[in-house]
Amino acid sequence: MLHAQVTGTSEAVDDLFARFGAAALARQATADDTPTLWVAPEQLLEVLAHLKPRFPMLLDLFGIDERHRQHKPTAAGDFTVVYHLLNLAHPDEIRVKVAVADGGSGVPSAAGIWPNANWYERETWDMFGIEFSGHPNLRRILLPPTWEGHPLRKEHPARATEMPPFSLDDDKQAMEQEALRFVPEQWGMARATDDAQFMFLNLGPNHPSVHGVFRIALQLDGEVIVDAVPDIGYHHRGAEKMAERQSWHSFIPYTDRIDYLAGVMNNHAYVLAVEKLAGIEVPERARVIRIMLAELFRICSHLVFYGTFAQDVGQMSPVFYMFADRERLFGIIEAITGGRMHPAWFRIGGVAQDLPRGWQRLVREFIDFLPARLDHYQAMAMDNSILKQRTVGIGSYSVAEALEWGITGPALRAAGMDFDLRRDRPYGGYEQFEFEVPVGHRGDAYDRAAVRVEEIRQSLRIVRQCLDNMPEGPYKSEHHLTTPPPKERTLQDIETLIHHFLHVSWGPVIPAGEASFPIEATKGINNYHLVSDGGTTSYRTRIRTPSFPALQQIPLISRGLMIADLIAIIASIDFVMADVDR
Amino acid sequence: MSELGTVTFGLLLIAAAVGGAAVLTWFERRLLGIWQDRYGPDRLGPLGIGQVVADMLKLLTKDDWVPPFSDRFVFVFAPTAIVVAMLLGFAVVPFAPQLYVLDINIGLLFFLGMTSLAVYSVLLGGLASNNKYALLGGLRSAAQMVSYEVFMGLSLMGVVMLTGSFSLRAIVEAQRDLWYCVPQVLGLFTFLIAGIAESHRLPFDLPEAEHELTAGFHTEYGGMKFAMFMLGEYLGLILISCMITTLFFGGWLGPWLPPLLWFCLKTFALICFFVLLRGAIPRPRYDQLMTLGWKYMLPLTLLNLVLTGALALLLEGQRHV
Repeated sequence: MLHAQVTGTSEAVDDLFARFGAAALARQATADDTPTLWVAPEQLLEVLAHLKPRFPMLLDLFGIDERHRQHKPTAAGDFTVVYHLLNLAHPDEIRVKVAVADGGSGVPSAAGIWPNANWYERETWDMFGIEFSGHPNLRRILLPPTWEGHPLRKEHPARATEMPPFSLDDDKQAMEQEALRFVPEQWGMARATDDAQFMFLNLGPNHPSVHGVFRIALQLDGEVIVDAVPDIGYHHRGAEKMAERQSWHSFIPYTDRIDYLAGVMNNHAYVLAVEKLAGIEVPERARVIRIMLAELFRICSHLVFYGTFAQDVGQMSPVFYMFADRERLFGIIEAITGGRMHPAWFRIGGVAQDLPRGWQRLVREFIDFLPARLDHYQAMAMDNSILKQRTVGIGSYSVAEALEWGITGPALRAAGMDFDLRRDRPYGGYEQFEFEVPVGHRGDAYDRAAVRVEEIRQSLRIVRQCLDNMPEGPYKSEHHLTTPPPKERTLQDIETLIHHFLHVSWGPVIPAGEASFPIEATKGINNYHLVSDGGTTSYRTRIRTPSFPALQQIPLISRGLMIADLIAIIASIDFVMADVDR
Repeated sequence: MSELGTVTFGLLLIAAAVGGAAVLTWFERRLLGIWQDRYGPDRLGPLGIGQVVADMLKLLTKDDWVPPFSDRFVFVFAPTAIVVAMLLGFAVVPFAPQLYVLDINIGLLFFLGMTSLAVYSVLLGGLASNNKYALLGGLRSAAQMVSYEVFMGLSLMGVVMLTGSFSLRAIVEAQRDLWYCVPQVLGLFTFLIAGIAESHRLPFDLPEAEHELTAGFHTEYGGMKFAMFMLGEYLGLILISCMITTLFFGGWLGPWLPPLLWFCLKTFALICFFVLLRGAIPRPRYDQLMTLGWKYMLPLTLLNLVLTGALALLLEGQRHV
């Protein structure tokens, strides 16, 4: 792709060239045709500020270690920082890259332009050691403060066996615990005002309502929250590092576990990005099967959200009903894929198997059964006056704020932004489906829930259309890079046998290049940015998840409220810590 | 009853109340389970009733730990206070015409006094733990007490007015023609709400509020001391149900069946109601709870008092004519 023609023109790119001149900008061709421009660090902030009115959302910001890359873009240095910007009103995107030398002076921080750049830059520093000058608080975010080294650098070991054996003696444990102590001064917080002392409450990482291992340090005045500092990283598994040692195919099960409530939804984003890199066309039946499974998992995930949302505002029963419904759904998913929460069922070029005999009856029974239950839950939970009192007007933000902070998906629609990737930039076959995009208007905890509840019904609609119009044909592409490779002729001629053997043992070689594929996951935009260096493994896999920016925004929407409100806010965000920390 | 008889009955009553509270822990889980499309504890013994014994064994054999950073004496004292106060409250309940421990002419006030004492237990437990979550729980319980104690007492004054006595036996006897749940429907409503608040159960379990304060005031408690808090809560639930039966549903009165059975049936129905309520309603925020108490419940009880007073005067006037 580096030698390919730069295709696709964009008004935004023309505008940039007109403003900054061709000398300041270098274009890079990518497999996904997203305009990708290299700028010098000195001009970075100027370019970003110029782009912001057109691209109000910083979708992602991440680093790439370019030092071992064979097929390097000409403008690349030792490291690259990538800014992925998104325009939602007129769906469009652009990528800005900046080269950094190892141990160089770094790049200026974009936290002044997009507030959500703050965490992304901390993550990039944490992972690569890239300094961001002018960053307000550049400290580790995913790894413990005591960690040595920057793990996504190519020289950092990926496995425990490449490091000395781990041991934890009492001194070390005490040291590690001390390192986690919350020090208000590090976050610019006062311990007291003139007449009162603040209480600092450590909420989590083990707390019934933080949905996993998530910690928030609260500065409290009585029970009123003065300020909050979310602390993440307790669920970090290094998924992005693992992607660099797994084959393109064997990374699929890892994606299941990114947002572990959404199962194949993660597969979807990943395989779509790989297929884009490899130029694979997926047959129609496989596309519709994928959409059906993705929507079933969306219902699954939203049911968990619905139940825990009601539970966190103190309503005990709904979660049991909804988990029972989810269990029925898992029965169907198990019948189709053999797995439940993590089926790892999508494949590069299609899906693992065809649908089993009799799947129609299972799916039809479920989609006929659920709407009545949803009506029941509406009366029980969403229409309950105490629940409304607890959530209406709590933790609200405007569309502009949501865009600034990188909030996507139902949480963005709750504020009133009528945007859904499935409808506005259809992928994977969504253009053939009829559904509505529910939109709220207050952007508060209640609307965030209400939008999701309506999305369950819309997903049912999509599943019904899949059921009624399931196309015939193959469930996997004939392309030679698909996994697992076709086996039918392997015992007839040696060529296909060799091909099959290599693709099973080493995995397919995906052509060098870069591609990303944003999809509308259950919680917002999920995006895999893949860099292939023409090998059997990914050179760099970047996973942009919707939960990460949502947590960053918590302090903004919870200041001045009470602890009980914070719990309602957390419940309404619908995040999964595995999705945040990866 | 003779002196000996009273003592015997008192001891029997303690055993029955504590036993009832223990069985209630199992009963509540089963009933909620059935309501929530699941089983609840159904493995040990018939219908899972053996769970009660298993739980007790577990709690009794747990390490009796007192956190080194706590206020030791108060920390140990707090859970006993609630159990003692609640058990004393049972003394004035007339289970049947001749079945009671004490019949004092201020029976109702005695009951109110005992339930108020129980709040100290939560408050002291929260403070003595020296834990931030427990402190917030204690704080909430203080706020809740201030808001709910006021109208809890007032909500019962209508009953007292109609009867003309604080004696609980007299109150039951006065309901021969008509249970007070009819003329005192407002009083019943407000006392019901105050009663739930008093026993710290959902939706008024703010001092505990699992989803917000992990376990609130008893975060640091474990083993038998934790069990005492639980016992106190369940005793409170039974006691409140007994009181509502006595004050509004005619106590032991009822046709055909023996009086004690009537009393138990009514109380049992109320306990079921409380359990199911827990499964149905979300928890309000604590300022919302206080707003409810001060702005709606208190005026409502006052209105009830005025109306009852007018009614009583009217009846009095008619009698003189």
